[in-house]
This record gives sequence, structure tokens and C-alpha cells, in this order.
Amino acid sequence: MEHLLSLFVRSVFIENMALAFFLGMCSFIAISKKVETAIGLGIAVIVVQAITLPANNLVYTYLLKDGALAWAGLPDVDLSYLSFLTFIGVIAAIVQILEMLLDKYVPALYNALGIFLPLITVNCVIMAGSLFMQERDYNFSESVVYGVGSGFSWALAIALLAGIREKLKYSDVPVGLQGLGIAFIIIGLMSLGFMSFSGVQL
Amino acid sequence: MTKQATTREVLFDPIFNNNPIALQILGICSALAVTSNLNTALVMSIALTAVTAFSNLFIAMIRNQIPSSIRMIVQMVIIASLVIVVDQILQAYAFTLAKQLSVFVGLIITNCIVMGRAEAYAMQNPPWASFLDGVGNGLGYSLMLIALGVVRELFGAGKLFGVEILPLVHDGGWYQPNGLLLLPPSAFFLIGLFIWALRVWKKEQQEPAVFQLAPQVKED
Repeated sequence: MEHLLSLFVRSVFIENMALAFFLGMCSFIAISKKVETAIGLGIAVIVVQAITLPANNLVYTYLLKDGALAWAGLPDVDLSYLSFLTFIGVIAAIVQILEMLLDKYVPALYNALGIFLPLITVNCVIMAGSLFMQERDYNFSESVVYGVGSGFSWALAIALLAGIREKLKYSDVPVGLQGLGIAFIIIGLMSLGFMSFSGVQL
Repeated sequence: MTKQATTREVLFDPIFNNNPIALQILGICSALAVTSNLNTALVMSIALTAVTAFSNLFIAMIRNQIPSSIRMIVQMVIIASLVIVVDQILQAYAFTLAKQLSVFVGLIITNCIVMGRAEAYAMQNPPWASFLDGVGNGLGYSLMLIALGVVRELFGAGKLFGVEILPLVHDGGWYQPNGLLLLPPSAFFLIGLFIWALRVWKKEQQEPAVFQLAPQVKED
């Protein structure tokens, strides 16, 4: 239990997806102009991440890993090179299913998250979560915790950035630096701040 | 507009006038994470240019056969297959580099440049032009990556490709390395400054201010 808790804290603060690994930068910068939309996208990422990571973990352990097909009588087959293709397929399928389910059963939530869901398929955070899971050999419970934690880390970062950028509208930024340029510099400063967590040992 | 564009324009436009990183805000994730030394930056650039060019080529070849409702999935499958090929080649011939790049090779799949060009260009244009467009955008991305890699490795560690250029103080030389440049945040600062420089040079890329400050008026 303690181990899982420390994994959660580590994935949120020390290994922050956006500020330590620079993942999901495209939507991180494009959708961080307003706090509400940023939080909406953040929540959508947490939900999708928390579902796809364990799903990919199961697929990897029981179908792709070296020797995983032993139950089907094929103990020598190693399909792990197919993991990229499988992971992205699983992600795309889950996002699509989630979209349809939300549309049918929870229309209010669908209206809030709807526009963000298709964007999430190509968000690197989701894919990277699965790839890190594969690289670090997480088991099922670890992958659930890591999914929630890494999704939350990204949501936290985008909400913070949106807050800063909303305030920034009224500042006198040099002409060529306006918009994209200053956004990068702010993210740099935020990432510098988050680096102070990197010395924390858990 | 792109229909009449000459080969030269298709190839070189994305490098300065329409740089995928600086202007289209695409594919930034990997640009930051792999540039702390020039080796990984260079390998990543080559891998991405190859994937973009060939995915554009193949998608343009079958563009008239793809039903539009499932085009995303078809594009994904083509891109993912190409990335698997690149990953296998890297693991076979440059294993240590492949380990250093870790998940970032896999993340070429979700790199928005590849998807973006497939969707925006290859779906409407013939194979050869799409191939060149892929190479051009790959080069625009490479330019940024290599520029960052040079600055970060040269001033952060005094080396290029691991060969000492500026002798460091603790090895008896004169150069005091700037350790900040090896840390992740420096990549953001450098890209921010690069965008600033590019927009001072190419004025038409500047974004309009959301609010214009009123000029200061002297009170009597």
C-alpha cells in the first residue's frame, strides 16, 4: 500500500508528465488559454488515462509479452514489438467507446468533455503512459495508480498554466514574444519550480 | 495554394516560413526531451523525417481508396507500422541510442507533425509532392532539434557529439559549463527565445496582442 502511495506522489510531482517529461505539449499550449477549458481537458485526460493504462497493461501481460501466449500453446512467441500498434489501437478504441457511452448515458458530462475526447487519442500523455508502463514493467495495481497519477499530474500542470496565462493577458509583453513565445518561457519557469521536487526521495 | 507550389516551395517553406515547431505548435514534446545532447537529437530528427516522409507517401498513394469515416485509423496504422520499423532498426543497429531515446521513438506515432501533415497535406495531394512535404516538415523539425542540441550540449557540457570542444574548468581548461542547459527547463527558454528571434525576423508571424496597453499620458 505504501509502495502504491509513493508511486502516486512520484508520478504527480517528481515525474510530472508535462513539466518533467514534456509530454502532451501540443494541446498543453493550444488549450491553456482559459482555465475552464483547461480543467475540462485535464479531467478528460485523467479519465482516459485511468482506463487505458490498466487495459493496455492487461493486453501486454496476457497477449504481447515474451512467453505471454503460453496459455494458447505458444510459449515461444514474443509479440512485444507489436506493442506500439496495439497500444494506439486500444487507446483509439477506448476513446471512441467512451465517447459513445457518455453520449448515451451521461449527456451532461458528454457536453462538457465531448470536444476534448477526440483530441486525446493523439495526446502523447496517454501513449507515453502506456509505454512507460511497458518499460518499467508495472503490474496491474501499479498501472492503475500510475494511470491516475500521471493523468492528474498533467491536469494539474495545464490548470496552473492556464491560470498564469489568463493573468498574462494584461501584461506588456514584447511584440515578437507575444502568444507562443512567452508561453514557452512561462512553462520553463514552471518546470524549474517543479524541479525542486526532484530531490525528494520516497 | 499548395497545388501550384513548386517543388522548391514545398520542400523549403516549412523550414523558416511555416516551421512546424515555431509556428504550427506541433511536435514539441520530443523536441524538448531528446535535445540535451546532439547525438539523440540527430537520430530523432532522422527518424521523424523518415516517418513523416514515408507516411505521407503511402497515405497519398491510397488517399482515393480511404473512406473518410475511418481515415484516422488507417493513418494511425500506417504511421504505427512505420514507427515499428524505425524502432526495430534502431534496436538492431544502435542499441544504446535506442535505450537513451526510450519511449520517445514510440511517441513519434502521436507526434502531431506526422498526423497533421497526413491529414492536411497527403490526403489532398499526389504521392511525390506529399513525400517532399513530409521531408520538408521533417527538416523544419530537425533544424529546431539540432539547433537546440548544439546549444545545449556545447554550452552545457562543452562538447559536441561527445567530443570536447570547450575545455572544462575541472579538467584544467577555461570553460565553466552552464549546468542549467542540460536540465529540462532550458529547452523551453531556448525555444521561446528562438521563436522570438524568428518573429522579429519574419514580422508576419507575430500574434496580435489580446489587449493593447494605452500609451502613457502625462498628467498635468
